[in-house]
Amino acid sequence: MSVERREVAPVAPPLPRGVVGNPRLARWVTVERDGTVTVRVGKVELGQGILTALAQLAADELDVDLAAVRMAAASTAEGPDEGLTAGSLSVANSGAAVRQVCAEVRALFVAEAVANLALDPDTVTVRNGTISDAAGSRRTSYGELAERVDLDREATGAVRPKPQHQARWVGRSVPRLDLPDKVSGRPRFIQDLALPGQLYGRVVRPPSPAATLVEVDTAAVRLRPGVRAVVRDGDFLGVVAEGEENAERAATALAAAARWHEEPTLPDEHDISRFLRAGPAESIPVPDPGHAGPAPTNPAPTNPGNADPGHADPGAAGRVVRRLRATYSRPFLAHASMAPSCGAARWAEDGTAVSVWSHSQGIHGLGRAIGMGLELDADRVDVRHVESAGSYGHNGADDAAFDAVLLARAVPGRPVHVRWSRRDELTWAPFGSAMVAEVEAGVDADGTVLTWSYDVWSQGHTARPGYAGSPGLLADTHRNRSRPTPPAVDPPARGGGGTTRNAWPIYTFPERRIHGHRALRTALRSSSLRSLGAFTNVFAIESFMDELALAAGADPVAYRLAQLADPRAREVLSTAAELGGWQRRGTEENVGYGIGFARYKDRGAYCAVLAEVEAVHEVRVRRLTLVVDVGRVVNPDGVRNQIEGGAVQATSWTLKERVRFDRWRVTSADWESYPILRFSEVPQVDVHLVDRPAELSVGAGEAAQGPTAAAVANAVADALSVRVRDLPITADRIVAAL
Amino acid sequence: MGQTFELTVNGERRQVEADADSTLLHVLREVLDLKGARFGCGLGLCGACFVLLDGRPAPSCDVPLWSAAGRTVTTVEGLADGDVPHPVQRAFLDEQAAQCGYCVSGILVSAAALLAEHPEPDESTVAAALDRHLCRCGAQVRMVRAVVRAGQAKADATGATATRTDAGGTGTGAGTAGVDAGTAGVDVFGTVVDR
Ligand code: FES
Ligand code: FES
Repeated sequence: MSVERREVAPVAPPLPRGVVGNPRLARWVTVERDGTVTVRVGKVELGQGILTALAQLAADELDVDLAAVRMAAASTAEGPDEGLTAGSLSVANSGAAVRQVCAEVRALFVAEAVANLALDPDTVTVRNGTISDAAGSRRTSYGELAERVDLDREATGAVRPKPQHQARWVGRSVPRLDLPDKVSGRPRFIQDLALPGQLYGRVVRPPSPAATLVEVDTAAVRLRPGVRAVVRDGDFLGVVAEGEENAERAATALAAAARWHEEPTLPDEHDISRFLRAGPAESIPVPDPGHAGPAPTNPAPTNPGNADPGHADPGAAGRVVRRLRATYSRPFLAHASMAPSCGAARWAEDGTAVSVWSHSQGIHGLGRAIGMGLELDADRVDVRHVESAGSYGHNGADDAAFDAVLLARAVPGRPVHVRWSRRDELTWAPFGSAMVAEVEAGVDADGTVLTWSYDVWSQGHTARPGYAGSPGLLADTHRNRSRPTPPAVDPPARGGGGTTRNAWPIYTFPERRIHGHRALRTALRSSSLRSLGAFTNVFAIESFMDELALAAGADPVAYRLAQLADPRAREVLSTAAELGGWQRRGTEENVGYGIGFARYKDRGAYCAVLAEVEAVHEVRVRRLTLVVDVGRVVNPDGVRNQIEGGAVQATSWTLKERVRFDRWRVTSADWESYPILRFSEVPQVDVHLVDRPAELSVGAGEAAQGPTAAAVANAVADALSVRVRDLPITADRIVAAL
Repeated sequence: MGQTFELTVNGERRQVEADADSTLLHVLREVLDLKGARFGCGLGLCGACFVLLDGRPAPSCDVPLWSAAGRTVTTVEGLADGDVPHPVQRAFLDEQAAQCGYCVSGILVSAAALLAEHPEPDESTVAAALDRHLCRCGAQVRMVRAVVRAGQAKADATGATATRTDAGGTGTGAGTAGVDAGTAGVDVFGTVVDR
């Protein structure tokens, strides 16, 4: 990093954002007398290994053994606020903060040791938590000085993190700290929580999103065994009972006792593209990412949808000899976590404050949203994170926490644990929006792109708690039918955008027009799903690049390289082709090869995928070869694991997944109606990392989604000479396209 | 309502008092406090709750207590031999074969059953044996590799030489029950209990 290369900086470099927002060192770090160091971060473990990576960074800065570092669960009461754990930014953002804080903590301990033991300040070192100087006769340790060093002070920025070549833990494939528990079946997930005096809550949801409660007779339910409370708050309905089975049975009885009025309010599932395109919509500006560094703070200004000079060639449009056009789409997708969402809450006896346990990706935002929904001051709500299964974006975590809060209000002083059903998870959690993209290119006589015009329509990709001035919590909309949920929004361009994420092609096209259209009507509730709009945009752009290459009679890899300037992009693309067997293309019947590539969020990870598929009656992905450049690699195996998982999940999205609904309700409510990829369908996945120690670390979690979809689609087209432009690529879709 | 049933769980005779139609999953998690089998769907469709019933993998969410009575149940907590993890648990750590790990308990018990019958399965045998298990994180590639590796390790092992699982300086064999937050490097439930 450039900051470190400077020999003497007269002014301290700016503090990382997380430290500016949470400057007190004690908020981040506690040194115990036994020498263990507790590190609190605002990021949460989602199965992505983030806590292990951050522990590696902390151990390096502190010069302690990795085993001496304990990563505490995120908590609004005790830990720093680092916003959401999302968007593959955790290592970059939280990592910078952890390094800075730990470097300062180390310096304070070293100063104390020097003063205390008269150590030689020029030769003092820290090794495995032991502090000594070259003479070596006197030594002390973090543990011994723990009581003497006061960390309740602000970071100054006067100390800098270590140069990376001195790293001992970073860059190594350190085993995940959380896996031993998970492999031995220890309680570890929020579903396993057993708080003292815990009661169980269940919510009775409306039968369809627009249903309203006509009447409910709660008297009989109240008398059922173990029932402690029946809660009705507007159209929000639930029970609290001793014991999970009592709660389940009471909820079944309560559901039977409720009468609802239903309306067919949903659009036609088979015509969702038209629904999205019909408007009304908000036009989204799409700034040219240009050749910005990894994390520019000020994106280039732009005018929405205006022509962009691109690689300035004023006469380009005039040389167009042919125009090609295609439309691509994806359906609504479910997060489909393996664990139904879960939450727990306990109100103070006097009802003025509530403690919440949640697997939310943003516990601080959740706490504020709960406060907003219940008109409580934010400091009356404390939220602590407990792990659940992977969520891959904004699933029902926050909603389940709020369910628990509402139910627990009826039993102050007692914690209430709420777990959703599989049906709830697949039908009530927010979905990734359906999307449709239309692209038109004007090419010259060689087929090289001169003009590029791209339109993408989607619902918004963010409806996190507190979005658009609303609590954004499912139960809140049922409590207050008069307060409709605003349509989902999109993150700003500097956050990578939502609908338009990766809508900007990385290729050197002379003229480019990119339009985003965010639908202001909601078919089904949508919020962020891993990679947001990038999945569809990369699928569309990279599918179309193949179509253009074929129209030009060109090799798709060579066609891309001829219009690609970025050297890191060129490297991952050509390496993937080489390692993935591109040269075997066309040698085996019914077998196809396809490539897909993108730089995630224009300034994140580079990822190229080569897919090998076999397509006879249905598509079988045999092998995926991924080449990835995430800059400096903190934990190589951790990155590989994330990329593999992303590629397998994206294969599932591409081949199988689609939220089903009729005019009333979502009908894909179990694993038969919402199938995902099975063991027998999983391809072999080979991941190759390009390590760039001098570059900033960027996240790997979302980089593979779009390129995998495109690679698979392109491979299917190669195998069958049939182009499927609407996901998922099922046997039916292939037959329809033939 | 409650009746008394007897079953053998992880090698121990246990008497449980519960409804005859309570699910075995409920009994394990809520009555016997064995949280290793997870709830995923409650419909026998995802594999998260799998246990061995008389040595065969079965969805405990779909097994009523009355039908488990008198039988032998092995959960993920019972795979280890005292302090020594089952070779497949060891192989999962060696291969770092999980992401969130929610699906892992069920997969491990099915894999253990497979290895008992086919000591050295190849990849496609493993994939077929695990096909009733879903993993949303996409960790299947590593899991298959880990099971194959466990088979080979078993074949190589001479018996008593299996070593304690060691990942990040922590063991998995000991103390399979209860939250032992200090050993894992990641504080699981925080200070939950004293609040
Ligand atoms: S929870 Fe039993 S199979 Fe899903
Ligand atoms: S590791 Fe997360 S579901 Fe399998």
